[in-house]
Amino acid sequence: MLQSIIAYGLTMGAIYALIGITYNVMFTASRVFSFTAGVLGMLGGVLGSLFIRRLGMPVAFGFILTLCCGMAIGIVTEILTVRPVLKSLDQHLYVLSTLAFALLIQQFTAIEWSTEPQPFPRLLNIGPGVFDQQFWLPIAACLATVVGLELLYRRTLIGRAFLAIAEDNYAARALGLPEQALRMTSYALAGAIGTLAGFAGGEVLLAFFANAPMLNFYGFVPVALGGMGSNRGAVIGGMALGLFQQAANFLVGGIFASVAVFVVFILVLLARPEGLGGATAARRV
Amino acid sequence: MTDTPVSSSAAITGGAAGRGLAARLEALWPYLALGLAAVALPLSGDTYWGIIATRACVYWVLVAGLNLVVGFAGQIAIGWVALLTLGAYTASVLTAGTATPALSPFLALIIAGVAGAIVGLIVGLPALRLRTFYFAITTLGFATIVTQIALAWQSVTGGGVGVPGPLFPGWFSSQWGFYYLCLGLAALCTWMTANLAASRFGRALVAIRDAEVAAEASGVAKPAVLMMVFLFSGAVAGVAGGLFASLQSYITPDAFTFDLSVLFFIAILIGGRGSIIGPLLGTIILTVLPEFAAPLVAWSTFLYAALLLLIVLLMPGGIADLIDYKNRRPLEQHRDIVPRPEMVAGILHQAGGNQSLTLDDVALSFDGVHAIDGLDLEIRPGEVHGLIGPNGSGKTTTLNVISGYNAPDRGAVRLGGEPLLPGASHLRASRRIARTFQTPRLIGAASVLENVMIGGTIDGRATFAESLLSFPRHLQDERMLRDAAMSALAVVGLDALAAVRADRLQHSELRFMEIARALMLRPNFLLLDEPAAGLSAEEIRRLGALIVAIARVGAGVLLVEHHAELIFDICDRVTVLNLGKVLAAGTPAQIRSHREVVSAYLGA
Repeated sequence: MLQSIIAYGLTMGAIYALIGITYNVMFTASRVFSFTAGVLGMLGGVLGSLFIRRLGMPVAFGFILTLCCGMAIGIVTEILTVRPVLKSLDQHLYVLSTLAFALLIQQFTAIEWSTEPQPFPRLLNIGPGVFDQQFWLPIAACLATVVGLELLYRRTLIGRAFLAIAEDNYAARALGLPEQALRMTSYALAGAIGTLAGFAGGEVLLAFFANAPMLNFYGFVPVALGGMGSNRGAVIGGMALGLFQQAANFLVGGIFASVAVFVVFILVLLARPEGLGGATAARRV
Repeated sequence: MTDTPVSSSAAITGGAAGRGLAARLEALWPYLALGLAAVALPLSGDTYWGIIATRACVYWVLVAGLNLVVGFAGQIAIGWVALLTLGAYTASVLTAGTATPALSPFLALIIAGVAGAIVGLIVGLPALRLRTFYFAITTLGFATIVTQIALAWQSVTGGGVGVPGPLFPGWFSSQWGFYYLCLGLAALCTWMTANLAASRFGRALVAIRDAEVAAEASGVAKPAVLMMVFLFSGAVAGVAGGLFASLQSYITPDAFTFDLSVLFFIAILIGGRGSIIGPLLGTIILTVLPEFAAPLVAWSTFLYAALLLLIVLLMPGGIADLIDYKNRRPLEQHRDIVPRPEMVAGILHQAGGNQSLTLDDVALSFDGVHAIDGLDLEIRPGEVHGLIGPNGSGKTTTLNVISGYNAPDRGAVRLGGEPLLPGASHLRASRRIARTFQTPRLIGAASVLENVMIGGTIDGRATFAESLLSFPRHLQDERMLRDAAMSALAVVGLDALAAVRADRLQHSELRFMEIARALMLRPNFLLLDEPAAGLSAEEIRRLGALIVAIARVGAGVLLVEHHAELIFDICDRVTVLNLGKVLAAGTPAQIRSHREVVSAYLGA
């Protein structure tokens, strides 16, 4: 049982962490949390299943096409739902606009794809057992993403420009950085990461439209607990969440696992609203 | 706040009773028309539309309460279907007697309301501390969990098989009888929320949404107000759940999809935030719409979402803005603000006292930068005390420490020797310390009068429940606050604009509106943060006369300003700050000839 807890826990944890990173990448570029993070994860599974299983494309081709779709949705999210409301950030209209867009995609998927969970194709046929691909694929995807982002942010010019925008939007613009283009790129990047999460975890999550709200919630928990914008916090928080949830799942049953996660989430946030990682509150007056 | 049924315009025009009645009718006719149509519906004998109308009533019972949370307080609660589920199962299970002795449906409905209130409060608690998106996600998580519990707790809820809904006895078991029951409750909810919207609680909610900082300065205790709203909103959602279960006659977890949450939420936003009639129309439209387009039923949530996106991007005011024709009438172009300083004594008669407001060795640094560093200051009643200094010298930080937005690292703020609790901004109002802000904090969608009435929040005596039910004390409060606000507006010279939406005012008018709001507190101390910024020379002169009049009645005024002339004209005492320290203090004449001040700040 311990084996299952760890295997499933780390797998789900990796998926949650990836969705958390998706939130973060969008947040650092725009100071906006978007409801499309969970939708991107859901689409990773649905599009992967559509391209590879239903349309019979080669795995590699289907994978790349899925990520491209994710990037396209990321860019549309930025243009349609974020850019128009950035001017009035304090009114929180972005919560509504991104929620509306996420619901549009989710409902479209439910109607045009299926309201029932559909199987996701096996990609590499390694398994079964604890080292089955369904377990290590999401973990590998998560590791690759974290390392890739770290290299991007630390070693490349465009990555440093991302950091500059995140640190001080106005100063970055004053330096002549193309803020808008960088924000769009960030959203495209987030789109790729989100769909990667759903694609890598496709066998565990299946291709199911209702994964979107589920991932929205469980993907946001590591962000809230680990501190906004912190990818390291998201990975640690995600893994901890996954292990905790699966442990509760195996020990006391699935429903109480959800309740336990929810209660812990609320209690931690009430005690430390800025997250365990900690970030200072903005000046109000 | 565009359609408060007891329209404020009635009081403003004041004069003839006939005009007051006309204004009241003008505000009430949409409700009367809807009510008449609803009461007459059974005459048609169309049972199919009867069911649709019953459903609209049940939804509205929930949405009316949620409207206070989402539309008024601006808390983005997207998972409210969870409370409908809770109410439905509570009422059904108690009536069916699967877990307890079977209860009467009416008693079960009341218990469902109580359960809804308790859970509504628990779900709402995070809103007191968490930022918008966090709260939205929390309600979303809660909604998924409640459905899972309903599925898993088979011994009580029947799991996926479900339980029969409560059947109301006697006449209420007939279709039209049940319809009238739901309609009655819907009307009751409309009346209660309309009462609340037009009370100091309703204004406080909108202030929390649009100008939280100003709300606190006026003494609005955000946690207390929000908790009561969550209790009420949860209670009506629980009752709506019981009615919903009866309407469905049999409930399973499938009946409570997230789509319902979306419908409730979007009905409010389509209707318009801070309105009652808008969300009511929104609820009716969204309930009825799918009936006109049967092939579109599967797409209804998709269409709602599309509608939400369009509303947010193109028409954030919703239906309420669309029908608010009064605020599209053009305003007079060249408006002069003529304050009436001679009337100050009339509204501030209780001001004064002989205690001073003092700062002793106060220091505060942000991330190692010393904003203020060992500041001593005494503001005496009846005097205008000027606080000047270059940008970044700590003037606004000083105000923020006094009004409790920042807790000092060292030192204390005392009122007559008694220390003021650091960091408790909403408690300053009860000590009669009022303030204005460098950037005016306005509630754009509310009228100028309502903006000013916010300032008198702590003088209201009616409780939340009394306001809901429009008890005499609530009516007294409203009359008292409205009269006081009209007088305050007359003093600052804005009485002609009382009924206008605040976001239509010019910048200089907003500055005077903030002063009127501060005067509502009958302040012993008034803190003004650059009130002359953006005013014309003539307006600055009038502002000066007004400030002097306020001080002469006995209030102590702390004036942060850059206009040296205004400071030297009206101040009794001036303190000059530089880099968080006092550079000089004394009478205007002393400061004017102070060598360091002249070279560092005044120039030449």
